[in-house]
Amino acid sequence: MANPTDFMPRSAPVRTESNRTTSHAHGGAHVPGIDDSAIVPIRPSGRGLAVSVDETRRSAALKAPVKARADELSFYYGEYQALKSLSMEIREKQVTALIGPSGCGKSTFLRCFNRMHDLTPGSRYEGRILLHPEEIDLVSREVDPIEVRMRIGMVFQKPNPFPKSIFENVAYGLRIRGMRSRIRIQEEVEKALRGAALWDEAKDRLDSSALSLSGGQQQRLCIARALATSPEILLFDEPTSALDPIATARIEELIAALREQVTVLIVTHNMQQAARVSDYTAFMYLGELIEFDETPKIFTNPGKKATEDYITGRYG
Amino acid sequence: MSVDGLTHHISSRYNEELQHLLSDVLGMGALVERQLVQAMGGITEPDEAVITRVAQDEVQVNRMERQIDEECSRILATRSPTASDLRLIITILKAITDLERIGDEGEKIAAIAARLAMRERPRNRYRELRNLGEVVISMVHDTLDAFARHDTTLALEVLRRDRAVDEEYEGIHRQSITFMMEDPRAIRRALDVMWVVRSLERIGDHAKNICEHLIYMVHGRDVRHTRIEEIERELGSRAQAARIAGVAASAPLGSAALMAVPMPRTSVPATGK
Repeated sequence: MANPTDFMPRSAPVRTESNRTTSHAHGGAHVPGIDDSAIVPIRPSGRGLAVSVDETRRSAALKAPVKARADELSFYYGEYQALKSLSMEIREKQVTALIGPSGCGKSTFLRCFNRMHDLTPGSRYEGRILLHPEEIDLVSREVDPIEVRMRIGMVFQKPNPFPKSIFENVAYGLRIRGMRSRIRIQEEVEKALRGAALWDEAKDRLDSSALSLSGGQQQRLCIARALATSPEILLFDEPTSALDPIATARIEELIAALREQVTVLIVTHNMQQAARVSDYTAFMYLGELIEFDETPKIFTNPGKKATEDYITGRYG
Repeated sequence: MSVDGLTHHISSRYNEELQHLLSDVLGMGALVERQLVQAMGGITEPDEAVITRVAQDEVQVNRMERQIDEECSRILATRSPTASDLRLIITILKAITDLERIGDEGEKIAAIAARLAMRERPRNRYRELRNLGEVVISMVHDTLDAFARHDTTLALEVLRRDRAVDEEYEGIHRQSITFMMEDPRAIRRALDVMWVVRSLERIGDHAKNICEHLIYMVHGRDVRHTRIEEIERELGSRAQAARIAGVAASAPLGSAALMAVPMPRTSVPATGK
């Protein structure tokens, strides 16, 4: 083909610096006088767009640093082995959902993160859970469980506020941590209540009993209480199973917002909830981790048949 | 996913819903195939009434498209399907659009056939159309078979055939232009031929689309705008990996077990009478 400049009039549209940059970004050689900004480069691999987008998203998600890592973690209730050498990485400021049928060990696994099993007679941990960046082993006997719980908060299935005022519920953890200044405590309580999306509803009744709140509000109060000590990881054990759909939606919104400041690990029986709120999903069965991947992948195209059977409601 | 997997839900009503849906799609496909066979029959043998019969089927096909659409929406709303079930519903929603368009093209061919019936027929009796028509009908037929059995080997074979159809289309196109240049009296006939060839080529594309959707449904891999060799390589390695891992997440290619599973298909007379 002849050089396009031979027949292009000199008055061809003036190329601005910006569209020049665009054309270079396409990687094509610039032909003077030809607006090649609309030229789409041919993909050398001949692959479709869907593949590229998928791969880009995947690599972006994998950039999140590791916050905690279970390393061949086993757990025994006496003779019974509830967790079987489970290894998994929890990404920082991402929501990781644990799903699986009853008795698969997902709650047991969650509870290992803040040493809830310590007082269970005959129980025993093997392996490690390393909290990054210091790589503290959360399940080591040498690590103080109180210290672990300061850094890793937990919200339970049923709202369990203390029988105290709304304010005191949140302030409690701060006082235990040794905070004395009344003004500081007030500031922190407000911050935590705002963080748990409860401030607007509770600000005029901070001295009322926490038990006067509705179930959904109580659950958000528990989240505020957990947030007050600025934990690095928040554990949720079926946080909405006792709530109505509206309160559930609020908690789910909250979990999505919490992701800005804290790493979330959530156990849920509601698979649609796992699909809605989480970035990563782990499927557990009989104490073993069967599959762990990004949530969209698990729910559209899981790699293992057992996962597929569980999430589609089949018997294996 | 495999065909018999459809029946393994804990909810037996869900099993029935999905099976009904699948047999409705295959029923719709059978009607569309019949439209196409009848339309091409009208090209081979003069038949003025062909358009009436094809149009009657078209009404039925349109009705089924809406009904299947509605059922898919209902299942999405009430069952929140995931993984292979989700891919099945998405695939069906897309495939019925292609099926309906195949029916539309069949109707266009039938209209031309009815017109040709009233004119003198050329000596070769539209042999070029007959050959191409046979290939395209076989593509639609095999697409439906592949769909019924979740047979991606057959789907790949259909993709390959679509290439041949495209080449044949180009060939007839060039030939028609030559005829028209040689003898202006041939223009009318050449144009009629071109319209039919164009419709057949479009039908081949729709069959190809359905096969691509089917591969997505079975393997969870979007293969649109991908070269056939690449699809083959990827599906081959996936099937191998699945075998090694000992999981049946993706059905092994050409698995005998899958071929053996019969699916309900509305029987259709093969001739276009």
